[in-house]
Amino acid sequence: MLAGGHHTGGSPAVMSVAHLSHTFTSREGDVEVLADISFQVAPSEFLCLVGPSGCGKSTLLRMMAGLLPPEQGEVRLNGRLLTGPQRQIGIVHQQPNLMPWRSVRENVVLPLELAGIPRDEGVRRADDLITLVGLADFCGARPRNLSGGMAQRVAVARALIHDPEILLLDEPFGALDAMTRERMGGELLRIWRVRRKTVVMVTHSIQEAVLLADRVLVLSPSPGRVRQIFDVPMSRPRDLAAQFSPEFGELAGRVRSAIG
Amino acid sequence: MVEIRTKSLKGRVGRVDRQRSRIGSWLQGALLPLVGFVALWELVVRLLEYPSFILPTPGRVWRSFLTLAGDGTLWRHLATTVGEVLAGLALGTTVAFGLGFVLSRSRTLERLVAPYLVASQSIPVVAIAPLLVIWFGAGATSKILLSALIALFPILVSSVSGLRGVNPEMRDLMRSYQATRWQTFTKLELPAALPMILSGVKVGATLSVIGAVVGELAGSDRGLGFLVKQGQGIYDTALMFVAVIALVVMAMSLYGLVALVERRLLAWYE
Repeated sequence: MLAGGHHTGGSPAVMSVAHLSHTFTSREGDVEVLADISFQVAPSEFLCLVGPSGCGKSTLLRMMAGLLPPEQGEVRLNGRLLTGPQRQIGIVHQQPNLMPWRSVRENVVLPLELAGIPRDEGVRRADDLITLVGLADFCGARPRNLSGGMAQRVAVARALIHDPEILLLDEPFGALDAMTRERMGGELLRIWRVRRKTVVMVTHSIQEAVLLADRVLVLSPSPGRVRQIFDVPMSRPRDLAAQFSPEFGELAGRVRSAIG
Repeated sequence: MVEIRTKSLKGRVGRVDRQRSRIGSWLQGALLPLVGFVALWELVVRLLEYPSFILPTPGRVWRSFLTLAGDGTLWRHLATTVGEVLAGLALGTTVAFGLGFVLSRSRTLERLVAPYLVASQSIPVVAIAPLLVIWFGAGATSKILLSALIALFPILVSSVSGLRGVNPEMRDLMRSYQATRWQTFTKLELPAALPMILSGVKVGATLSVIGAVVGELAGSDRGLGFLVKQGQGIYDTALMFVAVIALVVMAMSLYGLVALVERRLLAWYE
């Protein structure tokens, strides 16, 4: 019942981040954005990173995706040192970043097309995922005809197409209105339940973090450090109503005060 | 799905309607002043009794057009210029895009090359046309080069900013899919930069006509520019008018053609 079993003691971590530090050099001088960050992500875990803006969350996520080589420290995926971008890592940004010249289906198929996977297999897998995110009727639609929430679902489907081991979400609902955002959170939980992916999600919303995650990792402002990690003991499956329970409120309060 | 289809269909029909009425109102808007202008022109020539070698009447120009069109002279020269312009535009676009691609990759290279490109733009084409005619002869080559040269700059600038403008997060995504350089180019950079590039080509298309005609004026024995010069030599102003009007129509058609290609290629882009 409890999500506490997601500590990394038992099963080996899917991803481990060890002593990551990063400094941006600019004309005004060096800015240290991350300082000695270490944590592990367990298989099938849903981990949320929260922190004030400017705590280097996005930089951290780019490093975890292998898009930015760390200056110090290392990232390991299934125990192997991460040296570059991997297909086993799915990425969703705050913006859906769909190609406006491609239909929904063509957008979702793109990663497979690039990998040289036969067209009919690609389309079959894409259509399955588009159905999973609830857009079966919109396979042929153009991104410009989609709402923000729908476009973001397409981005999620695309991130899942390589059947990645880990999904990195960088404030995926940050650009959506509050109502859509809440619904998308529930939707993400449903997809996560079906696909059982390991998820690391950056968010600004404490509510969202506590509702979705097994663990919430709080980062301090610049330079970002791991300030505290909270276990979220609420039972699963959770629904949106969970956020009105007393234990939810109590935990959200503690996360809030940890952020400072 | 059905709902979306009907919606987009309705949208498309609406767009066509709007387009047609826009073309209609544009024709009305453009035709009316034209008719007025021609009438005024005829009136001025008659009242002020200009000799026809200074200012021919519209009627005279029309008759000259009929003669030139009838014996095929006009079409022969038009074909020459059209050929030069199309070849020049194609060459200019190719070089500009290639150069733009290289420059968009490297800020350092751009800083090195940019001053020379800007400097080359400040040289009037009219001034180097005679030089190119000496170097490459009075044939089509010098005209094609001039046409390409003048069309190059706007296409180059728009290519660089189009390719630079590609969303960095999309680039990150392409990297995470482990796309090859070529795949990133064909599937992301080129389509993303296309709207910008094509707007540069539109500007380049009208300029390329200028390049070819300047070349013909500098030295040639065919083409619409040559026809203008021939008219000047024998004081046949009606002939010059016909040639100039043919040039205008040609440049407008070329622009329209590029705009048409643009609309075809960028149906997704609004």
